[in-house]
This record gives sequence, C-alpha cells and structure tokens, in this order.
Amino acid sequence: MPKTILSVDDSASMRQMVKLTLSGAGYHVIEAADGCEALARAGDGISMVLTDLNMPNMDGLTLIRELRKLPAYRGVPIIFLTTESDAAKKNAAKEAGATAWIVKPFQQDQLLGVVRKVLGS
Amino acid sequence: MSGHPDPTQTFLEEAADLLNQLEEALLGLEQSPDDRELIDTAFRALHTIKGSGAMFGFDRMANFTHHLENAFERVRKGELPASTPLIGVALAAKDHIRALLESPDSVDPAVDREVLASVAALVGSPAPVAAKSVAPVSAPVPTIWRIRFRLPADALVRGTNPLLLLDEMRSLGPCTVVPLTEAVPPLAEMDPTACYLGWEVILTTDQGKSAIEDVFIFVIDEIELKIEPATSEDAKLGEILVCRGDAAIEAVEAAAAQQRKLGTVLLQDGQLSADGLRGALAEQKHVRKDAEAGKAAAQSASSIRVPAERLDSLMDQVGELVIAEARLKQLVGASHDPLIKAIAEEIERLANGLRDTTMGIRMLPIGSLFSRFRRLVRDLSNETAKDVGLSMAGEETELDKTVIERLNDPLVHIIRNSLDHGIEDAASRVQAGKPAQGRVHLSAVHSGAQVLITVKDDGKGLDRDRIRAKAEEQGLIAPGAKLTDSELFQFIFHPGFSTAKQVTNLSGRGVGMDVVKRAVTALRGTIEVASEAGQGTTITLALPLTLAIIDGLLVRVGKGRYVIPLSAVEECVELSAAEDLRHSGRNFLNIRNELVPFMRLRECFHSTQKADPYQKVVVVSSGERRIGLVVDQVIGDHQTVIKSLSKLHSDADSFSGATILGDGTVALILDVGHLVATSQANEQRRQAS
Amino acid sequence: MSVANDNHSFEALTFGLAGEVFAIDAQAVREILDVIPVTEVPGARSFVGGLINVRGKVVPLADFKVKFGMEACEATIDTRIIVVEIDLAGEPTTVGLLADKVYEVTEIGGASIEETPEIGMRWRADFVKGIGKRGTDFIIIPDIDRIFAAE
Repeated sequence: MPKTILSVDDSASMRQMVKLTLSGAGYHVIEAADGCEALARAGDGISMVLTDLNMPNMDGLTLIRELRKLPAYRGVPIIFLTTESDAAKKNAAKEAGATAWIVKPFQQDQLLGVVRKVLGS
Repeated sequence: MSGHPDPTQTFLEEAADLLNQLEEALLGLEQSPDDRELIDTAFRALHTIKGSGAMFGFDRMANFTHHLENAFERVRKGELPASTPLIGVALAAKDHIRALLESPDSVDPAVDREVLASVAALVGSPAPVAAKSVAPVSAPVPTIWRIRFRLPADALVRGTNPLLLLDEMRSLGPCTVVPLTEAVPPLAEMDPTACYLGWEVILTTDQGKSAIEDVFIFVIDEIELKIEPATSEDAKLGEILVCRGDAAIEAVEAAAAQQRKLGTVLLQDGQLSADGLRGALAEQKHVRKDAEAGKAAAQSASSIRVPAERLDSLMDQVGELVIAEARLKQLVGASHDPLIKAIAEEIERLANGLRDTTMGIRMLPIGSLFSRFRRLVRDLSNETAKDVGLSMAGEETELDKTVIERLNDPLVHIIRNSLDHGIEDAASRVQAGKPAQGRVHLSAVHSGAQVLITVKDDGKGLDRDRIRAKAEEQGLIAPGAKLTDSELFQFIFHPGFSTAKQVTNLSGRGVGMDVVKRAVTALRGTIEVASEAGQGTTITLALPLTLAIIDGLLVRVGKGRYVIPLSAVEECVELSAAEDLRHSGRNFLNIRNELVPFMRLRECFHSTQKADPYQKVVVVSSGERRIGLVVDQVIGDHQTVIKSLSKLHSDADSFSGATILGDGTVALILDVGHLVATSQANEQRRQAS
Repeated sequence: MSVANDNHSFEALTFGLAGEVFAIDAQAVREILDVIPVTEVPGARSFVGGLINVRGKVVPLADFKVKFGMEACEATIDTRIIVVEIDLAGEPTTVGLLADKVYEVTEIGGASIEETPEIGMRWRADFVKGIGKRGTDFIIIPDIDRIFAAE
C-alpha cells in the first residue's frame, strides 16, 4: 500500500516538482493550492502533510493549526517548507504543531531523505 | 515521452504570471500606497519567485529578488512606506527579474548591483556587497566529537528510532558507540515500551558540529543532547574522566595513588558510574585508533609477506579455539564460581578479538581486481573498434584473498563477452537511439552473508528466442515447456552453447561461459543473468563470504538442528497454529503489510516428527529478496565455525557447510542464497503455469 | 565377477555387515569409534545420509549396506564407525563407515583371493575387488574407490 502525502503549495511548479519526486519514489501524492483546499482534501489515509507557509486564502500556519484540531491528524507528521533565515517562522510553525521543516531551496534527494526519515519506510 | 509536465517550464510560466501580478500590484500601490492587499500580493509574488527560482536553478535571479523581497517584507510590517520612489525602483527591478529569467547571460551583473544599490538606498540598509570575494576555505579538518544524548521515556512510543540517529552519525564518519544503561530498571519494574537508554558516540568527522546537530533536528526538543570536542590523543584515562566530567579531579588523584587499575578503584569507591567508565574507555580507544590511523596513513603502509598456508593454519587454529571456547562457555554457565566465570569471559573476549583480527588479514578490497579491468576494457575497445567506457562501484568491498584471485578469470571472460557480443558498434547504437559509447559497469556490495558482484552492460541484451531455439535443438528443454527468464538464461552456461552468429577470436566458441559457471560454483556461489532485449544484460555473481567463523542463529526443525547465518537474518516472527492452517495452500505471510513468501523447512527436509504447535518464522534476506523460513524452534545465537562439506555432499545444495555445536554434534548451515533462489523459482513457476 | 589381480597379501581390517564379512586395507583406517550421534543431511543420498564429528572434523558417514542392497538394521552395542581416508576424485577425504561389528586386523594372503562362482553375488560386481578366504569364511574385499566414485 503506497503511503499518501498531501502536498500544499500555491506554486504550481513547486507542486509539480514535489509530485514528480515523491511519486517517483513510490508515494501517492494529493495536491492542494492553499490551506482551504488542503483542508477540503484532508481525508483519512493521509500519511504525511507537506506544506508551504506563504499561501493565499489560508496560509500554512493556519492550515497546520486547523489540521491539528482534527482527531485524525493528531499523529500525522506535518512538514513545512521555509526559507532559510526564518527562525521566527520555524518557531511559530512548531508552536502551531508542525513536526519538522525543510529549508528552501532544497534538492530532490534532500526532500526524499526527509520524507523517508519521517515516514520510516 | 510521457505527458508529464516539466516543472522548470511550469515555473517559467508561473514566474511570468507572477511578474504580471507584481506589476499590477505595484501600479495599484502607486495610487493607494496603504492597500494591504496589494502589498501582500506584491510581497507574495516576490517571495514565490525567489523561493521557486532557487529550486529550479535560477540562483542569480533568486539572489537579486531576495533583496526586493526583504524590502517588501518591511513594507508589509509597516516599517517602510510604499513610497513612489520605492515603487519606481521595484518596477525597474521587476523588469530586471524578467531579464534574468529569460536570458540571464545577456544581462550585465553591473546592472544587478545598480538596481540593488537603489533599493538599498531607499530601504536604508547597507548596499549589498558586490561579488562576494570567496575567502579561501580551509580544508575541513577531521575532528573528534563526543556526543551524548538521552531520549525521553516515551520516545519509542512516539516513533523515534534511536538506531536511525546512530546510523546517520555513522554516515558522518567512524564512530564508537557506547550505550548508557544505568537508568534501565530491574525487569520487574521495567515498562517494555519505554526508553531508558542514553548513548554516547565518539565520532571522527570533518563535517563540523552543525552536521552533527542536523542529525538531531527533528528530535531536538525532546532529547538531552550534548556535543563537545573529545579529548586529544594520548590522554590518560584519568584525564579523560575529568575532562568528561565523569569523575572529580580529587577522586581521580586519590585513586591514582592506589597503584591499582584506576577505573576499578573509582568504580568501587562509587566515584564513577559504570556508564561513565565505559564511555571514557571507549573514547580513549577511539581517539587512539584515530591517531594510529592518521599515522599509518602518513607513513607508507608497512606490511610483510606471509605464506598463505601459514594463514590457513592460523585460521584453522583460531577456529578450533572458538569451538573450544563455546564449549567452555557452556560448562561455565552452570558454575557459580565467579573467578572461573571471570576468566571464561576474558577468554571469550580474547577469542573474539583474535577471530576478528584473523578474519581481517585475508580480506582485500575487490578494487584491486576491478582496476585491472580498466586496462582490459581499453584493450578490448581497441580490438573490437567499439567505444566502451568502464565504470565501477563498491571497490572498497572486501573479499577473501583467494576468492578474489579465483574471480579474475571468470570476470575477464564475462567482460569479454559483453564487449564482444553484447555491446553494439557505435553506428548501430546511435541508430537505436543509444549513446555511441557503450557502458560496462562493475559493482560489488555486501548483502547479508554474501557478496554480490555484478557486470552490467547497456548492449543489445540476450536474444530469448535464439537461446530457446538452441536449447530445444540441443534437447535441453521440451518444446512448449514453460520457463522463466532466469531459467532460460541459465542455458548460456551449458557447455558448447553459443548462439553467437560469428565466432570471434575473443570469446571463442561458447567454451567460456560453462567454465565461468564452474568456477563460481567451486566458490560455492551462484550466477544469475538478467537481460532486456535492446537494453543490456546484467550478470550477477553471488558469493558466500568465506569467513570461516560467522555468527549464526541456531534453530530446530523436527529432530535436526540447523544454523542460519545471522547476517542474513532480519527478524523472527511467530506463526500460531491457526495462522499456519490458514496459510496452507498460500505461501505468503503478511508482515507489517508486506507479503513475504515462506518455506516450511519441515517439508523441505522431510521431517517426520510432529510439528511444534507454535511454529516460528525466521525472515531472511538475500540480495533484495526476503523469505520466511518456518522452523519448530529458534534456539539462540551460536558462533559458528564453518566446516566445508565434502564432495560427497556437494548435491545437498540447501546447505553451505556444517559446524560443530557446543555439545559436540554436527549441525548443518543453511545456504540462504540458495533457499531464496529456490523460493523465487518456485514462485515464478507457479505464476507462469 | 572380478578377481583382484594383485597377488600381494595385505593387512586388512575385517568387519561384518548384514552377516557378511568385509575387509578393507588397514592402512586406510584412521580410527574406530563407538556409535556417536549422527546428524542427518536432508536431500543427501541415503548412502551418505549423515555427518559425524571426528575430533572436531565434520566427516560424512557412509553405509555400505545401501550400496550393496542389504537391509538396514538398528545399531547394537557392537556397532562401530570405521574412520578411513579415501581418495575422492584425487583428493584425500576422511569418511566414516558403519559396521555392524568389527573383527580384527589380519593378513589376507594373495593366494587366498579366488573366484567363488558358487556363491550368488547379489551385489554389483564392479563394487567388489575380490573375494578372500580365511578358514571357512568368505571375505568380500570392496572396491572402495569405485563405490565412492560411482554416482
């Protein structure tokens, strides 16, 4: 059973790159362009959430907070993407309930490495 | 080829779009400079272009945009007004960004600096320095670090895997790992799901402290972590203890005066914990070993020649010693005399050390063999007038010296075959859409209890139909018989079986491959062929590590006891009687959502004794495949001295050798590679029919 | 029926198998053991179905009764294992032989090796080097190398 990852980013090219990288490694990827769409698509069976922070309609921080309110998402790892010097953002995201972060820009194998580490397989 | 969009292309379209949005927002801001939405839009456009741009390699553009993004961040925060000059500069910058995306080479870096200087002037921050003069970076110096960490009690339950952390540290450099066990409570009080352990790792790495910190970033909030440089070489134990804070300096001085082993004294007096002593000793050893390695690398390695028979004789004796030690251990187990137990433990430690050292003497990296092939490929390339490149991986993989010597001829022949019959000439390759240069790739890797050596070419592959026709013609298979690919390809190892249309000087008349197979079988290995028409052929040699002494898992099937090499064992699972029944007819177990085929050894070995009610499954792996071996009982670890089976038993191919157990009886060692291959062949046959 | 063509007498160890007396070259014999635990080798031919531990060496155990078509029987207090060194495809190999009873080391004279056509030979002629005689007993001299080589 391939694990399903919810990828949230307002940039289509980022979503494409993430999908290409992760589905090539055997993961199933669902996409959303902002926090609202992500919440709408956040069903059961999602093993991990990967989200940008800066998005229109509902940003990443709010999305993380909302997800953590859902009982199904209590144990689901949420990874957020951040640019390097955003220590304040990192802490805010951690407070909101994020599990880990990936620094942008990143290489494909860095992304895979983190996903594998978090999902364990 | 497929309908997959190219992310870089998508990015360029996206960026163009975002730049338009930015322009509109900026123009709007000129009219209403306090419009929050417009400010947000502008900021977000810049942020996304910068972030994604860096992802797709537009570094110069990203660096440039970064400054603008910062400016608008401040506007967003209200620290800076969206003044008309700022918007003017931003619009110019926007055009510059577009140029950097579309044709960066035609843009003069001086313009970058100019625009940024204008931004800086408005924003009030110092102008960004032009080209960063790259200071000469000193070569990273390997440093020895002492890392101590302790996980909270619920760490395991929450999914943290300390072994992964240790593995990551191992990937940074050579490590000595010491578990800190003092917090482990007695069995009665222990919660089996809780984590009571801490670890101390002495690590030599040139990647700096931040690389070590990175290992822990995901767990940093939950663990106690300390990273410090370790002591320098030549430090005495006492100094190390004080430096680490394991013991107070006065206690060390007092103990040192006592003329007994420092560690023992401190332990007895309660001035030092067992964990602390162990850690300090490990650190001392690691640091010393590191220093010696450094010295050894500096000097040329000094070595002496030793006649092979002397090594063989030494190995035999070490083998006997290991067996005798196992029997001693068994006898002493029943004794209550602490002195005898202490001595027995000492002997065990020495025997193990001797075993490890002796094993290491005969092992050589296979790179010494591989590098000979460079010349071979170059010569063959010329002879065949084909352009062929050779690449290799795993040169540092170690094998027994004699095995390496005996692999030379078979590998030479396989490579010759590749160049002669496999790889096409440049013209045909180009016509087939392949690069003109053919590739041969050699690799070696340890896998469980084996070494896998592969020779892979990107030539035209084997012709299934021709092989099949030839095999039928020679009466080796009945027409219409169903065969898997791997079974079919095995026919190329039959004597006199060459489907080559032209017999060339190089590889001869198919005389070679059967000799190759015989050589591999003589090394108790297997050889397998995989091939895709038009794409290439991969030949894999699987050789058992001829370490004469291995760690094994002793199991019982019926009346007989067998040893499974521990390096091939992944885990043991129970199979209840109910599950057992359910599985008759199907041969797959579901282990954590993975289907693992299994074999009942009772059936393979025709055991007539009644089966134990709770069968155990030992999951083993060979290469990429895993299977479960169903046994009656898993008895325990057993250090195994491998004795070869005589020629009389060369047909008993489920076994790679035999060993003598502590009670003097003989136990057979299972050949995991063979069992896995048999299971796969059975499965393929089942599927093919 | 073949006759040994060597007229030399040799020192032989005589032993019993299913009521018959056999003799092998005493020079090849390393030692004689009492019955010890035998480990069965699944998938091996029944002729060499087991392994034994001889002074730390793993040695195959052969049962000539299988080769000679005789019936297998339970071990008795007389049963012994004769450890011999034979030549197997050019390599000296240690092998154990099961014997129901071991008699003695004795000389078997060349003169006493003769044909005995009256005794119906119920086993493969080429496994027998010759028949010797001692007193009233017929002693079968097996061709060890042939027996182990054949397969």
